[in-house]
Amino acid sequence: MLSPSTAEVVRQSGAVPGAEYLLEVENVRKAFPGVLALDNVSFRLKRGHVHALMGENGAGKSTLMKIIAGIYQPDSGSFRLKGQEIRLTSPLDALQYGIAMIHQELNLMAFMTVAENIWIRREPLNGFGFVRHDEMRRKTQALFDRLDIGVDPEAEVRDLSVANRQMVEIAKAVSYESDILIMDEPTSALTDREVDHLFKIIRTLKAQGKGIVYITHKMNELFEIADEVSVFRDGKFVGEHQASDVTRDDIIKLMVGREITQMFPKQTVPIGDVALSVRNLTLKGRFHDISFDLHKGEILGLAGLVGSGRSNVAETLFGVSPATSGTIAVEGREIAIRNPGVAMDAGMAFLTEDRKESGCFLLLSVLDNMQIAVLRDKYVRAGFVREREVEALCQEQKTSLRVRTPDLAEPVLNLSGGNQQKVLIARWLMTHPSILILDEPTRGIDVGSKAEIHRLISELAAKGVAVLMISSEMPEVLGMSDRVMVMHEGRMTGIVDRKDATQVKIMELASQ
Amino acid sequence: MTTEPAPTLIRPAEASVAARRRLPPELSILGVMIGMMLLFEVLGWIFVGQSFIANPLRLKIMILQEAVIGIIAVGVTQTIIMGGIDLSSGSLVGMTAMIAASLAQSAGFTHAVYPGLTGLNPLFPVAAGLFCGLLAGLINGGLIALTKIPPFIATLGMMVSARGVADWYTDGQPIGNLEDSYAVIGSGWWPVVIFLAVAAIFHIALRYTRYGKFTYAIGANPLAARVSGINVERHIMVVYMLAGLLSGLAGIVQTARAISGQAGVGVGFELDAIAAAVIGGTSLSGGVGRLTGTVIGTVILGVLTSGFTFLNVDAHYQEIIKGAVIIAAVVTDQYRQRRRRSV
Repeated sequence: MLSPSTAEVVRQSGAVPGAEYLLEVENVRKAFPGVLALDNVSFRLKRGHVHALMGENGAGKSTLMKIIAGIYQPDSGSFRLKGQEIRLTSPLDALQYGIAMIHQELNLMAFMTVAENIWIRREPLNGFGFVRHDEMRRKTQALFDRLDIGVDPEAEVRDLSVANRQMVEIAKAVSYESDILIMDEPTSALTDREVDHLFKIIRTLKAQGKGIVYITHKMNELFEIADEVSVFRDGKFVGEHQASDVTRDDIIKLMVGREITQMFPKQTVPIGDVALSVRNLTLKGRFHDISFDLHKGEILGLAGLVGSGRSNVAETLFGVSPATSGTIAVEGREIAIRNPGVAMDAGMAFLTEDRKESGCFLLLSVLDNMQIAVLRDKYVRAGFVREREVEALCQEQKTSLRVRTPDLAEPVLNLSGGNQQKVLIARWLMTHPSILILDEPTRGIDVGSKAEIHRLISELAAKGVAVLMISSEMPEVLGMSDRVMVMHEGRMTGIVDRKDATQVKIMELASQ
Repeated sequence: MTTEPAPTLIRPAEASVAARRRLPPELSILGVMIGMMLLFEVLGWIFVGQSFIANPLRLKIMILQEAVIGIIAVGVTQTIIMGGIDLSSGSLVGMTAMIAASLAQSAGFTHAVYPGLTGLNPLFPVAAGLFCGLLAGLINGGLIALTKIPPFIATLGMMVSARGVADWYTDGQPIGNLEDSYAVIGSGWWPVVIFLAVAAIFHIALRYTRYGKFTYAIGANPLAARVSGINVERHIMVVYMLAGLLSGLAGIVQTARAISGQAGVGVGFELDAIAAAVIGGTSLSGGVGRLTGTVIGTVILGVLTSGFTFLNVDAHYQEIIKGAVIIAAVVTDQYRQRRRRSV
């Protein structure tokens, strides 16, 4: 096994030209508490090729990338770089071996210049240890000329557009003279013209013999830029193909090809009147022109890839980020939902996507977490909380939802993810909503709790509650929904009835 | 699901969270306080040959001098629990002291600030002081809630400006000759009674009312509080208004006690108030804290000052040690939180 420094010397001397594969990863396994993220996955990257990775959210692409970039260490498996067995222990390690990752969420320092960002930790110094800014600028300009990037090296990163920041990230990766570049959905924030520019850069890099790992959700990009494609599903590798040999439908089938093994206890209930009617709802920059009706007793699934605007629609419906135009009517009465309070008065409840960020009060007790929403207009007399009544109610919820906690005074921080989720569900059930918006109601929780939550959602619908359920999990969407609405890049691409809904159909609508 | 509680289903042991036998977190800080007093007691017998504790006059002075800081600490603690901070409380004491004193001068005093407004019923200066404090608090809260600038900056600005108002009000001249009926507020045990009453009222408010639940919720997670339907902006304004009101009350008590209004009064009080809160277990990251802790923290600051004076320790050393105690309290707080997070 080579040390990173030796490897760098070897690399710079060009002594190992051979090896057809830049990178060979075999039988990699990676488990997180409760999840097997990667199950015996193998992956190979050829010199001068673009290798696309595809799969649904949570299929394991990002985990594999992070292993290749040295961010995670695999539990087992082998890792060969140009035929040499290596082991990465940190992202810096990976960089020294010539592996650079361009993150989806950009990691630039906003208040520093482009040049400072690119050469951070490697600034050219003079004899006194001061940074030679002129030299740094010159090197940056040379780099940009090579890649045909028209950004001022002296500009501050915060003044750059997202696309230009992306270019700076790529230039930074190239500046390490890396052989392997990992790009995680690089086009998610780019316009068509910017994408063309990016592809031009990628082709230049290919011609220089670099290998590029390219994660994407977009089919058209796959066929335009990739040489090979590997498909992942549920942490497993399902196949590698030449991009020229496969069709779009093949890929979709590979991505979703799993059988629905879990049973979803969806009860068939009569669908009632319209509870929520949304017309031309728009939040500038996030989503446009969303129109749909949600009926009493109906579960409307909302599918789409991450970043398609699903969660934004939910937040706007609940008044977290009020709409810029369009109308929302509850039971036929149009209301301007300016803040969550208004939405709650109209009978809505909203289980947010991110439990820790916008759901739980981690330091507070289970009781405080459960009762907070109901205290807005109930169980308070002259400002004083009617503790005994609220506590009894919370106790009842705790029992019926089977929240596993020693008692209600336990900080919610100490509960498992599934139990935290149940606490949040209890918070909203106590308000007796007539419209329930659920954003990823079962994300990151164990199978048992999942089934319980599914059963609960179904029961609520049977009682006439109108449910809007966002989910990235195809089986959940298909198993639970009466209808499925699909979004892509801020637009609604279709509403599919339960009987017509298939994974392929939804995936098609979601990736257009 | 029914809204009716079902008490029969609940085992008595689970019936009340409040009744749970878990040692209150104030106990350790109370132990520190008692330990300190005992330490001074021992050192007293060794170095000055007398008792520290068995001297009612000393204890009275000790508590009296901290009462004003205690009153503002009640407000400051609440802003900290809500995830904010209030640096303006000391300056507001100075500002409201001047305004209240100017309306509390004796009848017929010819050199009064407002010669036409002497000998007023003490309700007027009290109302004016409280109102000015409330107004300053409203400005603090409004800035924080509506412009979203950090509470540190908003109240720092208020700290500087309010001190400016206090100096400008009489060009730095003290305001003396206050009515006896006004001075009563600061006489005897009144400052301590006011402090403890205020602390008790807000302790109950934090613990048992919706106001309190919302304050903790916003401090623990403002985004989740908003999604739970809480009008976060309005609540922030209310809490800062109450903090300002308490600063006004402290200014009134201060002038009544000194029987004069001085523009320089209250300098550095805001830091003592924050220190009292932090020593008492309030977390600067919000969501955690209790007023009982703040009361004990205030007393600890008093014990330190009083104890060192009693031992004839140089005032400069006193400051150095006081600083170390505050830092020790914050370090312990950080440590406690880290341990809790790693559970």
